[in-house]
Amino acid sequence: MIAPAGTAGEGPAGPADRSLEAKLRRAERRRSLKAFLLVAPLLLFIVVVFAGPILSLLYFSVDDPKLAEVLPRTAQTVAAWDGAELPGEDAYATLVEEIRSAYADRTVAAAAMRLNYEISGFRSMVMRTGRKLRRIAGPPYKDALIGLDERWGDIAYWRAVKASAGPYTTRYLLAAVDLQRQWDGSIGTAPPERTIYIEYLQRTFWISFWVLACCIAIGYPMAFLIATSGKRWSRFLLVLVLLPFWTSLLVRTAAWVVLLQNKGIINDFLLYGDIIDEPLTLIFNRTGVYIAMVHILLPFMVLPLYAVMRNIPASQMRAAASLGAKPLASFLSVYLPQTLPGLGAGCILVFILALGFYITPALIGGASDQMLSYLIAEFATRTGNWGMASAIAILLLLSVAALYPIYRGLVRGGSFRLT
Amino acid sequence: MAAPVNATRGQHVWYWCLRLICALGFVFLIGPIVVIVPISFSSGSFLSYPLPGLSMRWYDAVVEPFPWMFALENSLIVATTVTVVATTLGTLAAYGLTRADFPGKPFVFALLISPLAVPLVITALGLYFFFARVGLVQTHVGLIVAHVVLAVPFVVITVSATLKGFDWNLVRAAESLGARPLAAFFQVTLPLILPGVLAGAVFAFVTSLDEVIVALFVSGPAQLTLPRQLFTGLRDQVDPSIVAIATILIAFSVALLIVVELLLWRSARQRSGKMD
Repeated sequence: MIAPAGTAGEGPAGPADRSLEAKLRRAERRRSLKAFLLVAPLLLFIVVVFAGPILSLLYFSVDDPKLAEVLPRTAQTVAAWDGAELPGEDAYATLVEEIRSAYADRTVAAAAMRLNYEISGFRSMVMRTGRKLRRIAGPPYKDALIGLDERWGDIAYWRAVKASAGPYTTRYLLAAVDLQRQWDGSIGTAPPERTIYIEYLQRTFWISFWVLACCIAIGYPMAFLIATSGKRWSRFLLVLVLLPFWTSLLVRTAAWVVLLQNKGIINDFLLYGDIIDEPLTLIFNRTGVYIAMVHILLPFMVLPLYAVMRNIPASQMRAAASLGAKPLASFLSVYLPQTLPGLGAGCILVFILALGFYITPALIGGASDQMLSYLIAEFATRTGNWGMASAIAILLLLSVAALYPIYRGLVRGGSFRLT
Repeated sequence: MAAPVNATRGQHVWYWCLRLICALGFVFLIGPIVVIVPISFSSGSFLSYPLPGLSMRWYDAVVEPFPWMFALENSLIVATTVTVVATTLGTLAAYGLTRADFPGKPFVFALLISPLAVPLVITALGLYFFFARVGLVQTHVGLIVAHVVLAVPFVVITVSATLKGFDWNLVRAAESLGARPLAAFFQVTLPLILPGVLAGAVFAFVTSLDEVIVALFVSGPAQLTLPRQLFTGLRDQVDPSIVAIATILIAFSVALLIVVELLLWRSARQRSGKMD
């Protein structure tokens, strides 16, 4: 589109040409600016409402302001404390004073909640301490507080306070990969009751991988059939793929709930035909999740594959055969390489969509079939732990981002072989 | 596809195996959707065959004001607004992106369609935190804004694709005949790219109508949408009224499929230059 500007510089340029060239360039610039102004409203919208919020997840995964907000001087004191042995009378005095006023202002719960992330039971301990604080009249506060609850004499609880002092923390990001920071700053494995996240990550990848494998195994021949059938058949078969594609995800999940139930259509059919004696358990387990996810994602594999396959002339395979290639060899060296861009697009679509699945496992899976999305939803909407929700979201986002180079490689490999 | 006449026996077996896999695949894709439709007309409350009799009782439950009609109304309000906003913003952007080059254009295009590449639950989380700070959680505006983010890439993609085959000389001709840019756009460009714009609009509408994860995060009881009510119903108790609403939605999908196929067909015909 910018071609005219290039030709002006070729010959010896007189003053008239130069002014023409400058005019042209100015017109080009004006056109560029106009074009950009048309894009600007949407660009601004996406940056503010999408890119910004996604980037802010990074911030929320390290943001840790609660304790420092509610108990500011305690946070300062423990931050300066080395954590080797119990803090002195000063720290206890500050803590008593601040819990007392925070309890009166009803702000203490937020800090107590934060401490509970470190040691479960810490929340009720702080709340009870707040309630009973009026029994402590004056110094020495250290003995009085330990008398109130002996856990205040346990250094582990003070180290938990130090770990929560904020204003930033790596605990959520570390916890998302089953690690935690020890009081001395070293990084170690999290306690067993909290090492569940890697398992969720592995499960998410495992389920997505098998769903992808099934989609390739079923989708590749289907796309091939659609692409190589006669015109009328091909249209008809394509509609059979497009209809589920256009049908609401929840409607399709509903269909599987109806079909897979213990007293559902599949079991009734199999029982009626005497194929089985007992109803099969197909729902609230992994089998159901695989079936429904493959059903929902299969069109995303078939459609991109079909798009490339229909442009591959049938004569090529015949040519390969006539040159003496065995069917398998001609498929591997002639047909498959040309479908790689479609296969790559299908794989990346299916796998990325599968990684983020939430609705289908939630409705058709059991407790041990939930994926990372479920954890994110739990932390965000049920327990209100924004830090943990953000950290797991980043884990999921990084997993997805890591796949893009593979996809690019696949697509490039495909087009490279084409030439 | 047919087995070659000179195929060996092994090739014949392989050929029929492939056909069998394909047949099973197509049954698997379409079967569940077809099978549940008759159940919505059952007079009983079991979700299986044989049907005890036929009735419209489950459709009567669906047309009750609450929850289904309330949810439908919300869904339609949100989806319609989303469609208008997303189509306008998306068409403008696609027009700008194809009209001329500017620095960073590939990056801008990638950014505009990036909501497609990020798992929905992450978008939902980001939007939830953002809306919580600006007071848009549990509002219609919030839900609409969220759905525009998800719907707009489809408009950008379909309209850009249509504009790729657009003959810009037509605009130059209009402008040389004295049309102002805006008039040229509405009288020359828009009518010609309309199939692509409408296809994008349908995509946007369906995206909003079918979206549930973001809705679960950012909306409240007053913004109950059809998918959210379906989700709740499926989690708590599945009865044939859910199958009835599913059947209605399937009928709707069939209608949309036809519309989009027609639009894309027209837009493709135009791109190949066979416009009459």
